[in-house]
Amino acid sequence: MGKKLAITGNQAVAEAMKQINPDVCAAYPITPSTEIMQRFASFVSDGVVDTELVTVESEHSAMSACIGASAAGGRVMTATSSQGLALMWEMLHIAAGMRLPIAMALVNRALSAPINIHGDHSDGMGSRDCSWIQIYSENAQEAYDNIFQAVRIAEHEEIRLPAMVCMDGFIISHSIESMEFLPDEVVRDFIGEFKPTNPLLDVDKPVTYGPLVLPDYYIEFKKAQHEAIKRAKKVTLDVAKEFEKVSGRSYGLFESYRLDDAEIAIVVLNSAAGTAKDVVDAFRDKGIKVGLLKPRLFRPFPYEEVADALGSARVIGVFDRADSFGGFGPMYMEIASAMIASGSSPVMINRIYGLGGRDFMPEDAEAVIKELVEIADTGKATTLKEYIGVRE
Amino acid sequence: MSETIEIRWHGRGGQGTVTAAKVLADACLSGGKNVQAFPEYGPERAGAPLRAYNRISTKPLRIHCPVTHPKIVVVMDATLIESIDITEGTPDDAIFVVNTHKTPEEIRKKLKLKDTQKLFTIDASTIALETIGRPLPNSCVLGALTRASGITDLQTLLDDVKGSFGSKFSEKIITANLEATRRGYEEVKEG
Repeated sequence: MGKKLAITGNQAVAEAMKQINPDVCAAYPITPSTEIMQRFASFVSDGVVDTELVTVESEHSAMSACIGASAAGGRVMTATSSQGLALMWEMLHIAAGMRLPIAMALVNRALSAPINIHGDHSDGMGSRDCSWIQIYSENAQEAYDNIFQAVRIAEHEEIRLPAMVCMDGFIISHSIESMEFLPDEVVRDFIGEFKPTNPLLDVDKPVTYGPLVLPDYYIEFKKAQHEAIKRAKKVTLDVAKEFEKVSGRSYGLFESYRLDDAEIAIVVLNSAAGTAKDVVDAFRDKGIKVGLLKPRLFRPFPYEEVADALGSARVIGVFDRADSFGGFGPMYMEIASAMIASGSSPVMINRIYGLGGRDFMPEDAEAVIKELVEIADTGKATTLKEYIGVRE
Repeated sequence: MSETIEIRWHGRGGQGTVTAAKVLADACLSGGKNVQAFPEYGPERAGAPLRAYNRISTKPLRIHCPVTHPKIVVVMDATLIESIDITEGTPDDAIFVVNTHKTPEEIRKKLKLKDTQKLFTIDASTIALETIGRPLPNSCVLGALTRASGITDLQTLLDDVKGSFGSKFSEKIITANLEATRRGYEEVKEG
């Protein structure tokens, strides 16, 4: 097996990019993702990768260059965070609409204003509707593993859509953890040769990208895009199965943790899920039937499978590290949609936590689970949406 | 060793505290443990107080939040004791490792430690001046911490201190740091 090292999440992603050796990388530095491209730029200048590194003057240009390089027929990657992703927003839609399999590492960070460099999911959730495949990662190991799988899913011939792999800024990107690398040749065989589809540089077969499409055809394009991203669900599972064979680590659409007979369930994304699992164990030790669902594939969202996994829960607490002001948190809306569509009607509460990198402590998970136990007893929730640990 | 050991480091920007936490993580990883090392991110200024953390465990580490009840507290700069409660959240069997030229008795009194809590002192800044030529206490404190906690062994630590310098530094600097580490291990005082 590969070697075990203690490294940061950013280092893990940079190493993954080195092993992938993409044709083109265009990026603009932004905290907390800067270290990824800084390290990758060293790999380029040291000649350990063959990548054409395009340094640009903004994230909008970074994504534009990625789009050009991908349409030309290259395997393309980039990394960003927060305002960087926000500045790319216009181009995110174009990358997806042109069906370009660009892979991006998104190191999740809060959005301004007020300015804040720390981790929350506002950036990723803000690009929910851009038609990018979104895969979330609990720790450095998952971020590393997910990058390879994202490349495979994005490039799959039945999908051809861009994909982003998300991990928590600072909490994961800057923390050192032990994790295991895959040998270079294993990665090479797993991701395989890049097969361009309709490359612009194939001058014998000229094609047009980004033409004007008026009301007579636009909706057909969009429906096709929806059908394509929906297929990513099955492909994600197929790719995960293959990945398990080479790595020994198994992945699904989400992680079910002690959910089988759970009467109380919590839904937690990314690094906070790890902290919450320890708390779930403590409640289980006391005989309380609580379980945890950690989403992994957020777009496309696996509604039926999630509803099935949460099926035994009478009470569900959904944690959101992002907000939709004036609405419920984005994860809550998905879980509620999944449950309603499945015909079940558990009591569901939404707890907003950790915005701008506020620590998520075991005590926070504990307090919410206690509240859920009470709700299970009474059948009633007093407040559906509430913020955790806010000073008044 | 119980399943998970949690460590809190108190230092000032520029003392190599975060590097020390990383080297310790590497040494414990070499010893087959699961590890975490992470600083508290605030404004990064030379001389400003900072905290860093380690978790060392025989089982996979899933928790991702600051350490609030450290079994081991390491103080890189004794002047911090004046302004920060470095004993905050510590259990009755906590271990303290303090870089100071004062005696363990003086520090124990100053910190108002319980009889069940262990205190170790090392004059790491002086040793660093004598070995490295600059008051960089981190290598020396790592040696003292290793002796005080038994969390790893000296040889593994020395290998990882050496490894942490990579190819960027001269043989002279590496040798001096290894000497500082060894002296920290040998000269640490309990009291």
